[in-house]
Amino acid sequence: MTQQQNPLTIVQLYPDDMNIYGDWGNVLTILQRAKWHGLEARLVNYNIGDTFPAEADIVIGGGGQDSGQLKVQADLQKIAPRLRELVKNDTPMLMICGLYQLFGRFFKTSKGEIIEGINIFHAETHAGPARLIGNIVTSHDQFGDIIGYENHSGQTFIDSDMQPLGRIIRGAGNNGQDDTEGCIYRNVIGTYLHGSLLPKNPAIADFLIEQAAKKKFGEFAPTVIEDRFAAQAREIAIKRPR
Amino acid sequence: MVKPHIATLGKVIRHVTRLRGGGSAFPGLVIEKIDPSFTRDVLSALPYGVVVISGTNGKTTTTKMTVELLESQGFKVFTNRTGSNFARGVTAAILADIDYKGALDADIAVLELDEAHAVKFVDIIPPRYSLLLNVMRDQLDRFGEIDTTATMLAHIAHATTRTVVLNREDPRIVAIADTLPDTVHVDFFGLSSELREQFPSDDDMRSTTKAVKPPEADVILKSFAGSRAVFRFDNREIAVPLKLRGIYNIYNAAAALTLTRTIAAERYNKKSLLEALGNVEPAFGRGETVMLDGQPVELVLVKNPSGFRLALKSFSPKGYATMIAINDNYADGRDMSWLWDVDFDSLREAGVDVVSGIRAYDMALRLQYDEVELTFVDTDLETALSQLHTKHPDQPKRIYCTYTAMLKLRELLGKMANVEKVL
Repeated sequence: MTQQQNPLTIVQLYPDDMNIYGDWGNVLTILQRAKWHGLEARLVNYNIGDTFPAEADIVIGGGGQDSGQLKVQADLQKIAPRLRELVKNDTPMLMICGLYQLFGRFFKTSKGEIIEGINIFHAETHAGPARLIGNIVTSHDQFGDIIGYENHSGQTFIDSDMQPLGRIIRGAGNNGQDDTEGCIYRNVIGTYLHGSLLPKNPAIADFLIEQAAKKKFGEFAPTVIEDRFAAQAREIAIKRPR
Repeated sequence: MVKPHIATLGKVIRHVTRLRGGGSAFPGLVIEKIDPSFTRDVLSALPYGVVVISGTNGKTTTTKMTVELLESQGFKVFTNRTGSNFARGVTAAILADIDYKGALDADIAVLELDEAHAVKFVDIIPPRYSLLLNVMRDQLDRFGEIDTTATMLAHIAHATTRTVVLNREDPRIVAIADTLPDTVHVDFFGLSSELREQFPSDDDMRSTTKAVKPPEADVILKSFAGSRAVFRFDNREIAVPLKLRGIYNIYNAAAALTLTRTIAAERYNKKSLLEALGNVEPAFGRGETVMLDGQPVELVLVKNPSGFRLALKSFSPKGYATMIAINDNYADGRDMSWLWDVDFDSLREAGVDVVSGIRAYDMALRLQYDEVELTFVDTDLETALSQLHTKHPDQPKRIYCTYTAMLKLRELLGKMANVEKVL
């Protein structure tokens, strides 16, 4: 099948309940950059109780409030086998904040309740004493500086067999203690960064699209996209107060 | 009982602070230290008690409107006009208005309070009335979560002794009603079903679930065209020409009407109420227009996704030169994520002429992803404003701006030649 007849399917997890920090920006960036790279892409929203789409080339999930996390947790367990299978097949995914936490083993709330995760990331999250809020910059070998904004009370600790997405240059990151931020396992990225993440970090957006295209079509021929505004927005964001 | 010497001392401190060019809240701080019950004593002496207005969007405009509407019903109203919307600011405003004996010449106090400060305030001074406008995705970098803000507003409602006025279009505000005891009266204001579909809330925006049927409202904003609005109350549809523009400002009028009607009770005089409503002018920076070389320049304050969305829906870009100015100072919010929750499709046809502010490039990037043409970007507001002025001499201009960008732009516009204020 040609690429035109077989568009990339972008699945957005729980937009009804987990969409608070500009998560739409990540979805829009994938849809638009795929198009600018000459690929057709379509969006499928997955909400609680829906049938999980048969095709999923990129899966994106966002941040939510504690109440949103409680609402989606049972449904997430239900689709977990499907998500694990996709992970095993190297499907690219991006999970921000709340869903990053639930892609780990568990989230332990300040009241001591355990919200079970789906254990794709070998990581656990504990409610912290204070919210970690502010501009953040981390660094990754392939993606360069990763720039965003964090706002979370959970402190995440990744196991030693996991790789962090970035090393902290400025900000708190996973837990404010071990200089790590986020997690990357196979093609699955988990992170606390929003702002939104992908528009200001086009290298990560293109990584997700490239992995999806190569998997689906066996090749990826990128176009040069004018990223001047992203470059200037990054330059300014780095200099802003926390 | 207010001690007269405290009042005198406070007024002297206020006077000295002003001479030295100090902030509006400082005298309040001093008096709080000397006599912690000062504010409570003064306010509890008012025959019609205290009204607290809170919520994310529209506090300033709604407070201003309520004050003017209550005045039309014959009330002498005290309010915290200085914009210090926290307890210390209230004390400072009292010091400005009381006489040297410590008496406030007013029937009622109408106070705009920031959510977090209101919580502490109502514990000391329970309001007789409160008006809760909305809980929007704003200031998450200060309060953490929308649900946290909703809890603060519920706290204000629970401290209220007589009537709570609630926005029936905001599910988090409606939910507060169910938790209140029967001793507290609840009045709602709302939108007609046609308007509700036109102006979706944060929750409706990307959600596919349908909202439940809203409760009955005392005042409904039925429709509006330009600045002429039709309200429904007293079982009638009433058309009013307004000096306010934009759905959000006009919807605030429905809130102020509901609140005023319940407070006025037997004093209620519809004729003077409608007259006053037609004369209310926009609050500082909220939909103001200035004339620049014979062309209007409209300043539209935008501070969160719902506000920006409503503003874009309210004004047609046709024929206008459009500028957007985004700052990220503390008062604006540091997190730029919110720009991604606003759709800019409506600007695609006309394009955007100038983008500015500290985060101009974040805004430019946002427009790039909505494929909106953009002519000029510069982080410096003065350069940007001058570009807008010189490249579009014969066009009306509209500037969407965050709070601190608005302050700077007003100052710059004030310095430019031939500026006259029309509203």
